[in-house]
Amino acid sequence: MSDLLAARSQMAISLAFHILFAVVGIGMPCLMVAAEWRWSRTGDPVYLELAKRWAKGTAILFAVGAVSGTVLSFELGLLWPEFMRFAGPIIGMPFSLEGFAFFTEAIFLGIYLYGWGRISRRAHLLAGLLVALSGMLSGIFVVTANAWMNAPAGFTVVDGKPTGIDPIAGMLNSAALEQTLHMTLAAYAATGFAVAAIHAWFLRRAPESGFHRRAFAIGLLVAAPAAILQPLSGDLSARYLARHQPVKLAAAEALFETRTHAPLTLGGWPDREARTTRFAIEIPSGLSLLAYHDPAAEVKGLDTVPPSDWPNVPLVHLSFQAMVGLGTYLALVSLWVVWLALRRRDPVGHPWLLRAVIVGGPCGMLAIEAGWMLTELGRQPWTIYGVLRTAEAVTPMPGLIYPFLAITLLYCLLGVVVAWLLYSQIVTNPPATAEYA
Amino acid sequence: MPEITLATILAGTVVVALNAYVVLAGADFGGGVWDLLATGPRSGKQRDLVAHAIGPVWEANHVWLILAIVLLFTCFPAGFAELAITLHIPLFLMLVGIVLRGSAFSFRSYDREHDVRQEYWGRIFAVASVVTPVLLGVAVGTVAAGRVGVPRSGDFATDFLRPWLTPFAWSIGLYTLLLFAFLAAVYLTLETDDSALQEDFRARALVSGVLLFVAALVTLGLSGSAPLIRTGLLAVPGAVPLHLTTGIAAVTALVSLWKRRYRLARAAAIVQVSAILWGWALAQYPYLLPPHLSIGDAAAPAVTLRLTLGALVVGAGVLIPSLVYLFRIFKR
Ligand code: HDD
Ligand code: HEM
Repeated sequence: MSDLLAARSQMAISLAFHILFAVVGIGMPCLMVAAEWRWSRTGDPVYLELAKRWAKGTAILFAVGAVSGTVLSFELGLLWPEFMRFAGPIIGMPFSLEGFAFFTEAIFLGIYLYGWGRISRRAHLLAGLLVALSGMLSGIFVVTANAWMNAPAGFTVVDGKPTGIDPIAGMLNSAALEQTLHMTLAAYAATGFAVAAIHAWFLRRAPESGFHRRAFAIGLLVAAPAAILQPLSGDLSARYLARHQPVKLAAAEALFETRTHAPLTLGGWPDREARTTRFAIEIPSGLSLLAYHDPAAEVKGLDTVPPSDWPNVPLVHLSFQAMVGLGTYLALVSLWVVWLALRRRDPVGHPWLLRAVIVGGPCGMLAIEAGWMLTELGRQPWTIYGVLRTAEAVTPMPGLIYPFLAITLLYCLLGVVVAWLLYSQIVTNPPATAEYA
Repeated sequence: MPEITLATILAGTVVVALNAYVVLAGADFGGGVWDLLATGPRSGKQRDLVAHAIGPVWEANHVWLILAIVLLFTCFPAGFAELAITLHIPLFLMLVGIVLRGSAFSFRSYDREHDVRQEYWGRIFAVASVVTPVLLGVAVGTVAAGRVGVPRSGDFATDFLRPWLTPFAWSIGLYTLLLFAFLAAVYLTLETDDSALQEDFRARALVSGVLLFVAALVTLGLSGSAPLIRTGLLAVPGAVPLHLTTGIAAVTALVSLWKRRYRLARAAAIVQVSAILWGWALAQYPYLLPPHLSIGDAAAPAVTLRLTLGALVVGAGVLIPSLVYLFRIFKR
């Protein structure tokens, strides 16, 4: 494995690991606050227990999110020092703002977790709200920095160095809105579905459990609107790509040739050499329609750049297909829930809906991983699109395979432990409502 | 006194963030040291006290490090890049320590109470708390010795190992560990009403405080390899009053520990540690990475510096009241 490949793999592992916890850090506070708010409104102790239980699980996930995020902040330099030398002054702003969001998040999380009974109920609820708000803001800031890598702005290059730096323009880059919107929705959809799925699992056995019913409802309340909006927001992202990162879209759609009436390619395995996609279903003019809302529009293909500048087409295509497939599924399930709710039917009474939600549990997280693979792999061979190549960004340090293996091992172990702890908390601690009454 | 420019102000804010990290998170690491060294009939109680003291605050305290890093790469990107290249190995190991410390601590807190697994987590937490500060100190010592920012030779050992495998760097590492352990012991005297526990930590604070003096002398002895720092420590105007402050604070801390005036001891220890850190920072002036890269040369363009400073001022307006609230709830 070359050092460059090792560095890329290490970055990929570290980010793919962190994002799971970051997403929970954005979504869970929202659910906890919703439960606590219901408790303050109704006095129903089950809601209080729900908030406390969720807080307990979240605390573990949060700690792992914080430490894996720290690893990333360092890795930006340890692996990509030349990237940071170039980009630091331009995109430091969102990172600095993110730093403050982390502070408020960590401070109020400490107050939320350890402050039951020490501060007034209202102050406690407010602390939870602040955690939810700063979680969302940290996500938005860091994704803004990533959007800049896709849509660099706020500088001009002279002799390989950035000049005329304008950090505000860097922050307000043209990809920021689409990406932050899509990511924020994704966080709520993924967390809400994961939680609803866990409680749906228990509801199959104990459909009368008030605890699981309330939890299921709150989970879906957060997840369904986000999951329904997600394809619309994804459409915005895809149309953005068509205009600004045509190579990424071409790889995602396995479109080898620039053409009008470009088809939408579903599934299949792209063959770089033959420049075709095997075993795919093609919807005529579908891509032109989606990207430009015009069946005759011309869509740029991979042939606009030399093959040496192509990203890994099969992986990018596969990631995109996976995300869109999972996203469509989640949106459909959510529409079903909304339909039942509008007709005042009890969703728990529908065993097939419960099953569908259970299947949806991991889908949000998988879609997020797939979406990021699309974004990051699709940007290759560039770290800063069109400006700095990944090969130019990497550290001169040799032997990078060792830290890569070490981090991979460490994160695999942590992942197993976290999963096991959560499992044992959920399964071996059945809710005992009386305790909290 | 250093010349006041935008770049020096921002370099100062990096030191402020590091200072807060050392004073706050340093003690959380030090707590891990005392967890590892817990002995006697009250060892269980000692460990519980440490966990109780760290629990609500360690994540917030930890963010100071992230703030320092972010400020460094935003405002001094060239310095950050050099640090990350030369110190790749110790910094990576430090990260492993940070990950293990944080996650083991929360696993222990949230696992079911009092079983064997909790003890494992406790051990990992404690060992990682010892290793991490040493590596942090090694990184600082390597910078101080002028070994970061040297043009690379192409030889692996020369570029990536020898700079930080020096007695001086490791003496700073041990010094940092002692410093953190001392701070933690002093703080812990105020975390309990149990007078026997208080006495335990008073004794630990006194011992580590005295060891700190010894370690300071050893470090000074080895500082031949950091001539710039050695002269800087004495020659930079403003340095001498700072050393006096350190000395007075150190003596005050020990005497008040002796007399069981713990609040005074805590205040003095904080002053002492802060003065040490600022002493180092001043001794480096005007360099970020002595003697290769000055603060001015490493600095990002003025727009970036100005905007970052603005963000810091606004951020502080949110941060400081929140922090005060946090500590008012959980600390005495
Ligand atoms: C719950 C998660 C989830 C779901 C259901 C979807 N996505 Fe997504 N998608 C993400 C989670 C995500 C993500 C992980 O959050 C990404 C990675 C980078 C980003 O900003 O969002 C992403 C990126 C991303 C991009 C690339 C943006 C870029 O590189 O700048 C496109 C074109 C789409 N998505 C399109 C879609 C479409 C058409 C969907 C229709 C169903 C869809 N996404 C559902
Ligand atoms: C290069 C990329 C990234 C870096 C350098 C990074 C850095 C960090 C750091 C340092 C922390 C710890 C803060 C603390 O101590 O509380 C953290 C936590 C967090 N990060 Fe990231 N992060 C990255 C990617 C992301 C992404 C893509 C998202 C989300 C969309 C995200 C969202 C969060 C959130 C919400 C937290 C709060 C803690 C938690 O919930 O676990 N981060 N990140």
